[in-house]
Amino acid sequence: MSDITTWICTGCALLCEDIQVYTTNGQIEKVEHACIMGKSRLTGCKHTAKPMIDHNDVTVDKAISQAANILKNAHNPVLYGWGNSTSQAQIAGIELARVLNAVIDSTSSFCQGITINEILQGQIPSCTLEEVREKADVILYWGADPMSSHPRHLSRYSYFPRGDMRQHGYEEDRKAIAIDVRQSRTAKICKDMFYRIPPGSDLEFMKALSDALDGKVPKLSFDMDIKRLLELATLLKKCEFGVIFAGLGLVYSIKEDIHILSGLISKLNELSDFSLIPMVGHFNMRGFNHNLFNETGYIHKVKFTDKGPVSGVEYSIIEQLKGNADAILVIGSDPLASLPGALSKRMEDIPLILIDPCENLTTRAADVTIPCIASGIEEGGTAYRMDGEIIELSPFIQSKGMSDEMIIQRIIKEIN
Amino acid sequence: MTSVMEIYQLLPKTNCKECNESTCMAFAVALLSGSRQYTECPPLIKDDKYHNSRIKLEEILKPIQGAEETGLIVHEELCSGCGNCVVACPVNVANDPHGSGRGFGPTNEKVIFRVIDGKVKAANIEECRRFGKNRIMCNACIDPCPTEAIEFV
Repeated sequence: MSDITTWICTGCALLCEDIQVYTTNGQIEKVEHACIMGKSRLTGCKHTAKPMIDHNDVTVDKAISQAANILKNAHNPVLYGWGNSTSQAQIAGIELARVLNAVIDSTSSFCQGITINEILQGQIPSCTLEEVREKADVILYWGADPMSSHPRHLSRYSYFPRGDMRQHGYEEDRKAIAIDVRQSRTAKICKDMFYRIPPGSDLEFMKALSDALDGKVPKLSFDMDIKRLLELATLLKKCEFGVIFAGLGLVYSIKEDIHILSGLISKLNELSDFSLIPMVGHFNMRGFNHNLFNETGYIHKVKFTDKGPVSGVEYSIIEQLKGNADAILVIGSDPLASLPGALSKRMEDIPLILIDPCENLTTRAADVTIPCIASGIEEGGTAYRMDGEIIELSPFIQSKGMSDEMIIQRIIKEIN
Repeated sequence: MTSVMEIYQLLPKTNCKECNESTCMAFAVALLSGSRQYTECPPLIKDDKYHNSRIKLEEILKPIQGAEETGLIVHEELCSGCGNCVVACPVNVANDPHGSGRGFGPTNEKVIFRVIDGKVKAANIEECRRFGKNRIMCNACIDPCPTEAIEFV
């Protein structure tokens, strides 16, 4: 591989590093090895964003000045998004929040934040994707469908490849298990190792599995052959290196009862060797949690005050939009397309600043739009992969535009 | 996947031999293998009462026309470029053990499957285990495909 120039794909948090890109005059002609999501991200926007104030074309400088004015005059500004920004832009964003005494939050507050927090606090053991490829013999996709959300997950790391200790790959050396409420694409690949559970019953299944691991007869209120559950417990006990890929299905189902998941993993680690990797979506969503944790000791839902940073549920994007927020800066995210209608509506009622390379649904509601160049494509930096490994991104297209980090730095300068 | 019975049911079923096959069933087998065209059945073309059958045959035989010599068809509209087939194909693994076999994109030109622009493309089809005299009914690329984008006809 050494004589071929390869690039990092920023299509999702897998950050595949074997992508070949062929360009002519700065235009991408062909992308090899990237999945359909990666190809779509790498080949750019359908419509690039333009600098605008109140939907009128302006210069980038004017848009930045207007954004700085809005944030400076707001009593309770909120900085939100950050999943598609490099770590450098995120660190600049944390500095902006500090300057403004603002609330800063990311999509992780209603996504994988809860599992990442447990990993960072040392409550749940984790491992790298390379370890999964080389060593894992049991792979459990719980409430996750990587075949739809991270198409190369199974082929690149978790199931199909031959690893140092798994030379026969998926045919003989690995077992893939899916626990889900529906037969997803991933569950189809797991075949008879698919355990269908009713929505919201993950905790009950977890407790039953825990009983089965203890040698007790598990009880379930829903229809499932107990023998299958006992078979699963035996498989987990016998495994040499197991990994649980926790999806949003699991996170939304267990809510605040993360300690039950931590307890199950502790029990599994008494019997064998188990790790957990959260199925992070955006390419640097995990990076935001790590960078904010390094700066403040909290992973999300942070408010900067004169006495220092504080964190709490009331500082989540959802609670802020329901309550105090009087200006919002959205970066690298499309909340109007992803948040519930009532919250989106609230976003339209307050001054909304958007920093993004592409036009999206949020652009339509934005009072100020500042276009940036695409991170990992036109601008380098670093990002945290879904397993917490730091990956260096190199730009493969030259661009004259401003990166999101530069825009944030300019806003800080104007505010000061 | 289209079956021979499905094709046979759309033919005149008169065993007239005008196509030089002994029976309509033999002609259906030839259509499925891609060695004959449905337009080579004179009654089907001449008689208006087979109008609907012609339309249906055109539709179900369309994918077969794009099939490789081994009968391999990639339905690009279904493919998500996940690369499961790239890593699972035993020929890819044997010819590129440190690339495809380890989960990377292929590192040489000897592989059958590679993902280009988010869709899997097949090449070197003569290397496929379904090709040649000692062919076997290998399913290694079909089995791991989550979207049923690969099939053999």
